[in-house]
Amino acid sequence: MADITLKNITKQYGDGYRAVRDVNLDIADGEFVILVGPSGCGKSTLLRMIVGLEDITSGDMLIGGERVNEKAPRDRNLSMVFQNYALYPHLTVYENIAFPLRLAKFGDAEVDRRVHQASELLELDEHLQRKPANLSGGQRQRVAMGRAIVRQAQAFLFDEPLSNLDAKLRGQMRAEISRLQKRLGITTVYVTHDQIEAMTLGDRVAVLRKGELQQVATPRDLYTSPVNLFVAGFIGSPPMNFIPATVSDGELHTPFGEWRLPESRRPDLGGHDIVLLGARPESFEDSSVVPDTIREHGVVFDANVDVIEWLGNEQYAYVPYEAPEDIRAQLADLERELDSEAMRTQLVVSLDATSRIPEGTTAELWLDLRKIHVLDPATGRNLSVAAADAAGSDGAAGSEGAGATSDASAPEPSPAADENPSP
Amino acid sequence: MDEGKVSRRDRSLWWIAGVVVIAYALFPVAWIVSVSFKTPSDLGSNRFLPTTWVWENYENILAGGAQDLFLSALRNSVGISLLATFISVVLATFAAYAIARLDFPGKRVILTTALAVAIFPVISIVTPLFNLWRNIGLYDTWPGLIIPYLSLTLPISIWTLSAFFRQIPWELEQAAQVDGATTWQAFRKVIVPLATPGVFTTAILSFFIAWNDFVYGISLTSTEAARPVPAALAFFTGASQFVDPAGAIAAAAVVVTIPVVVLVLLFQRRIVSGLTQGAVKG
Repeated sequence: MADITLKNITKQYGDGYRAVRDVNLDIADGEFVILVGPSGCGKSTLLRMIVGLEDITSGDMLIGGERVNEKAPRDRNLSMVFQNYALYPHLTVYENIAFPLRLAKFGDAEVDRRVHQASELLELDEHLQRKPANLSGGQRQRVAMGRAIVRQAQAFLFDEPLSNLDAKLRGQMRAEISRLQKRLGITTVYVTHDQIEAMTLGDRVAVLRKGELQQVATPRDLYTSPVNLFVAGFIGSPPMNFIPATVSDGELHTPFGEWRLPESRRPDLGGHDIVLLGARPESFEDSSVVPDTIREHGVVFDANVDVIEWLGNEQYAYVPYEAPEDIRAQLADLERELDSEAMRTQLVVSLDATSRIPEGTTAELWLDLRKIHVLDPATGRNLSVAAADAAGSDGAAGSEGAGATSDASAPEPSPAADENPSP
Repeated sequence: MDEGKVSRRDRSLWWIAGVVVIAYALFPVAWIVSVSFKTPSDLGSNRFLPTTWVWENYENILAGGAQDLFLSALRNSVGISLLATFISVVLATFAAYAIARLDFPGKRVILTTALAVAIFPVISIVTPLFNLWRNIGLYDTWPGLIIPYLSLTLPISIWTLSAFFRQIPWELEQAAQVDGATTWQAFRKVIVPLATPGVFTTAILSFFIAWNDFVYGISLTSTEAARPVPAALAFFTGASQFVDPAGAIAAAAVVVTIPVVVLVLLFQRRIVSGLTQGAVKG
């Protein structure tokens, strides 16, 4: 059990490609931290640097306060669950789990005790004498976890452990991992590209993009106060809508009309001609079902709803609109980076399930302006969060609320700030 | 029902084809066996089966006049082939592991050289080797045969084994290292057990190559000190110069085939495919 500290960690490959750039991260003892990002963002490389399977080009890796850069994996006393499990096919489940203990030269009685302890925890008792080839995917996954928990490692490292399972099993194993980590209370670093895993499992989530750390925060903060366009677009499904707006005298001119932001969400827009307004699908509503008490906090506008998807508990409406060409190109770039494809600029709007807006008509929608993010299209910075941070630094209303992780490892105010030049 | 009939007819066709192939391949072997049981006078009888079955030829090579020639050759063959196989498998295991896992300069050169050596005609290097061996005193010795045999067995061993090592997921080794193993422990406890079928396959192939060699055996030896069986067969003579030694040769050929058959039967169960199944993925 130990804390893990990453100081200016950089990974550069022989061909000059920098997979990880200057990452700083403090992981407290017992904390569950998720590394998340689109494919190729360097999250797995970072994890393999922690465990020692990948050399560190520069920077310091500290585990339990001790520098481990030059230590071999076996001297770091970490345990890891690989994406493809990496079970030893010639050994039984029992011997697979016992493998680390045998290497550490434990006595037979002690090995037996610990293996049974682990197998009981993971409900593998009846499979102990079988070979991995005869197990189902979920069982193999549990064996891999058994091998990880059987010795007292300083930390657990998971490299996309659930990506080979089907959806149902993934849900069950997710809950299982969460339960196990809480019960054992061991520092855990978990790599995933699945944002549901990221949001549900972690105490804190670190979002990576092209090897650079964008934001480290609790899932809730990440969702409500993303520091930049990338994080805002990456977290949330369906993703946040970005509406281009021209600034004139405090008014925002959007494709859907003139909007004026409420005091609380109005950052200093001096020097910005064009901004992007970020609004999550659930910030919208069919204006006919909005209660009068909150109606005044938002704006009502006419929108051309061309497709409706009714899901039972809610429905999604798609509202295409025209956007300036350069903004369009930028949004398409962002989409591509997030591993998806933008066909057209459109709003994805979540509506109340009772709403009866018909497809292919113009409808009146309501948008809660209190939940809008103002983003700078040039730098990608979230101006609303930056403003709130500045205001909150003397008060208690900082975006870094007294969240789930109140330990000493509270992250430095948005590490991504260094990366984005101030406007 | 119709489909069942068709598949049954298919199956009987397969059986017939199989029997034809086996008969074609084994007929020469059956002939040799039959000849080995014939008396010298029976050799020209133009009949497949001997008129009288006799052990005379076997007695001749194992206990009789040809005993010295055959038994020493057998000893040489076994010793030289086993040693050559052992050395080649050990060397090839390390070489193939390095080729499959490490990135080092000259890796391609080693592989292409190995291939080039393998396709180089043996007969063209026998003469220079003969001269060289005579000069440095390796002529007619065990090492004098083991070294050329290594040049035959190493390339194929390295190629088959490196293909085998590449199949073993690298994650297994990394997992072992994270679990606390040194590089050597990971190699010995994870990679070697998984590579065993490949090692055995390679060993058998190497052994056959060394065991069956004739060109080196006849050219680089002159006495019983190192002459292997395939070469010794040519030196068999009958009871007198007028007696055809074909019976004795056939008996010797049968005797040297037996270890090969035994070896394959013995190691067949070790050559299990798909041992790495279940290591990775779901």
